[in-house]
Amino acid sequence: MLRTARGQVLARRTSNRMRVTVRLFAAHREAAGTSTYIAELPAGATVSDAYVSVCGSYPAIARSAASAAFALNRAHVRGDELLNEGDEIAILPPVAGG
Amino acid sequence: MSPRFLLTGDPLDERAVAAQLESDGAGAVVTFVGRVRAHSRGRDVTKLEYEAYPEMAEKVFAQIADEIRARGGIIDVAIHHRVGTLGVGEVSVVIAVSAAHRSPAFDACHYAIDRLKQIAPIWKKEHSPDGAVWVEDRP
Repeated sequence: MLRTARGQVLARRTSNRMRVTVRLFAAHREAAGTSTYIAELPAGATVSDAYVSVCGSYPAIARSAASAAFALNRAHVRGDELLNEGDEIAILPPVAGG
Repeated sequence: MSPRFLLTGDPLDERAVAAQLESDGAGAVVTFVGRVRAHSRGRDVTKLEYEAYPEMAEKVFAQIADEIRARGGIIDVAIHHRVGTLGVGEVSVVIAVSAAHRSPAFDACHYAIDRLKQIAPIWKKEHSPDGAVWVEDRP
């Protein structure tokens, strides 16, 4: 019975949390010292929540650029977009191609 | 035949990019070639370091081409961008547009490079004798 109870608890925890991948670039990547960050977030979290999570782990990111845009699964989105398990978010510092 | 939309660490060949757009109906092929300048904002530039979000960049190039086609009068579009470390004079971007007539081809090529600088997930670090900085100025 204990095993069953523990199993139920684990299943509930899994369904209430999700893991997303956050990609970092340019000044953000250098400030964090990594190009990829795995964020564990509650269900219902948004792109902005992932950004806050990354800044919490790497405060230098919040200081390194005044503004950032976001992409979710390789398309531009606003910060209020909802996340799902396994999503790939990118934090995009001001771009400078060409 | 090279792809229409490409992000690559290899040197770009502007003639090859334009050649793939040649067709019997294309009376005009306009090509824009972006090169690394020796000076920027009062500083000497020794090299530029380009970084991209590769999985997204080529999708954005295709999106820009779709926007151009929606404006009308255009036959085809190709956009190639280089990443990695580039010296002065090296080619960082090539955009080619084909159309029946010159005017829409010029307009579309101008639009494409402006739009690329605005939305493509590409960054550059400018190296000079004073140090290196990530460029953040808006086009």
